Amino acid sequence: MSSSQIPQPARAQFLALTFDSEAILARFKHAANWQERYREIMLLGKTLPKLDDALRVEQAQVRGCESSAWLYHCNIEGKNYYLADSDARIVKGLIALLLAVTHGQSAQTIAALDIYAYFDELGLTGQLSPSRTNGLFALATAIKSEAK
Amino acid sequence: MDVNLLREQFPALAQTLEGYPLCYLDTAATSQKPKQVLDAIANYYQYDNANVHRAAHQLSTRATIRYEAVRDSVQAFIHAKRREEIIFTHGTTEGINMIAHGLSQQVKEGDMILIDTAAHHANIVPWQMLAQHTGAIIKPIPLDDQLRIDHKAYLQLLKAQPVIVALCHVSNVLGTVNPVKQMVAQAKAVGAITVIDGAQAIAHMEVDVQQIDCDFYLFSGHKMYGPTGVGILFGRYRQLDKLAPLLTGGEMITSVSFENTEFNVLPNRLEAGTPPISEVIGLGEAISFINALPKEETQTREAELLAYLHTSLRGLGDITLYGAHDDNLGAVAFNLADEHHQDVGILLDQQGVAVRCGHHCAMPLMQSLNIKGCCRASIGVYTNIDDIDRFIDALKSVKELLL
Repeated sequence: MSSSQIPQPARAQFLALTFDSEAILARFKHAANWQERYREIMLLGKTLPKLDDALRVEQAQVRGCESSAWLYHCNIEGKNYYLADSDARIVKGLIALLLAVTHGQSAQTIAALDIYAYFDELGLTGQLSPSRTNGLFALATAIKSEAK
Repeated sequence: MDVNLLREQFPALAQTLEGYPLCYLDTAATSQKPKQVLDAIANYYQYDNANVHRAAHQLSTRATIRYEAVRDSVQAFIHAKRREEIIFTHGTTEGINMIAHGLSQQVKEGDMILIDTAAHHANIVPWQMLAQHTGAIIKPIPLDDQLRIDHKAYLQLLKAQPVIVALCHVSNVLGTVNPVKQMVAQAKAVGAITVIDGAQAIAHMEVDVQQIDCDFYLFSGHKMYGPTGVGILFGRYRQLDKLAPLLTGGEMITSVSFENTEFNVLPNRLEAGTPPISEVIGLGEAISFINALPKEETQTREAELLAYLHTSLRGLGDITLYGAHDDNLGAVAFNLADEHHQDVGILLDQQGVAVRCGHHCAMPLMQSLNIKGCCRASIGVYTNIDDIDRFIDALKSVKELLL
C-alpha cells in the first residue's frame, strides 16, 4: 500500500482525522434494528474525508474488495495513522469503524485487537466474513499488517 | 403445476436468514438442488462408491453403468447424434479451456477469433490465451443500443473469415438471448468453428444441438439443478476427434510405453483421470428432474415471472434496467440510482434476499455499459411471485435507506 512511487497524503491529513470510539460504540448499542445500524454506518462513513483522485490509485487499492477501497498508512512517533476511502457507502462506513479502533494506536494495540469481537459488539456479525463481495476482511488484514 | 409443492423438493429454500425467509434470486450463479439430486449423490457414496471403467468387481460395474447411463441421458437431452459426442468436464469453464487448447494446432498467426461482447470471462480468457500462443487476433462482436448483438457489425466481421466464433446462448448478466441458430449458420458459411456457451440457457429452454448446428456447446451441472463440479462439452464427432487433449494421463490412453502413448477413442480420449462420478450421477438426476417438468408450462411461467420482475422494478422508480427485453431468459440486471451495487447487495442480503452484485465476470460488458458493476436478480423453476414481491419490498427499504 504505502510506496514511495505513489503520491502520499500529507502528515497533517492523517493527524486531522480523529474518532470518538466510545461514542461510536454507544450509538451502535442504541440502534434498535438493522436499518438504524446501517444508517449509523453510512453517517460514520461520511466523516471520512474523500480522497483526492490523485490518491485513488491502483497501488493504494486493497485487493479483495468488490467495491474499490484505498488505504494509506503513516507512522508518526510510533503511532499508526490511516486514511482510507471507498466508492461504496457501506464499505466506507465499515472502514471508518475499523479506523475508529486502530487510528492513532500503537502496533502492539492493533496486533492485540480482536476485530471479530469488536464487530460482534457492534451487532455486525458476518460483515467480516472473508467473502469476495465484502472485502472488509481484506481491509482489516491490510490495516493490521500496515501497523508498525 | 403447483410451485409450492415443487419448492418442497428444494430443502435449501425452506431456511430463514436473520429472521427473514430466504428469497433466493441468484439461480444464474448457481441453482438450488432438488432432493432427488442430493439423494442420488448420497446414494452413490453409500452403496455404489467405486471407480468407473476399471475394476472387475460389482461396485465398479454398478458405478460405471450409472455413470455411462448419464451420457445417454445427456445425449437425448440435447439431441446429440452420438453418445461419444458427450464429454464430461468439471464445468463450462473447463470445457471452453479444453476446446481453446485443443484447437491450438488448427489456429495460426493472424487468424481471427470473434467473441461476444456480453460473454462471461470463461468464454473470453481461454481464447485470449490461445491468441497469445498462436498469434491469432481477438475481435469482440459489438452490441447494439438495445444491448443485443449488433447483427450488421457481426456480418461485417464475418467477411474477414474468422476461424472461430464464440458466443453465449444467453447472457449471464443481461439474460438476453442470442439468435444462435442464425448466427451459427452465418459463421459456418465462412468456414468458422462455432462454440456456444449454453451455461445460462440450459435450465430455461430446450436445447437442440442438431437444430443449432454448432460445432461445440457447453454447460454446467450446477446451473441446471445439478451438482457443482460437473459440466458437459458437446462437440460434433469430427471436431471433437481433432481436439488435442488438454489433460493427459490415465483413462484417456490405450497403451503407454516409455517411448510412446496411444490415445483412446472418444469420449475417453478427452476424459483423463478419475471423472467427477458422483457429480455425473447427480447431473443425471437433474436431467430427470427437468424432464419431468411440464415443459411449456414451466417456460411460460418463467417468462411471466421475468416480465413481472421487469414491471415491478420499473414501477419502483430510480432503477436502471440493462437490456431487459420480453424474450430474455432467467435474469435481470439493474442498478438503483447512482448507488453502488455492493451497497444495494449488502442491504438486500440483510433482508434475506440473495442476488448477485458485481461485474458478474463480464468486465468487458461492464466497460461497454460504462458501469463498474450492477445487481442481477435471477429466477429458476422454484421462484414464485412471493419471492419477487419480497425482493421488491426489500429493495424499497434499501431505497429508503440510501436515497
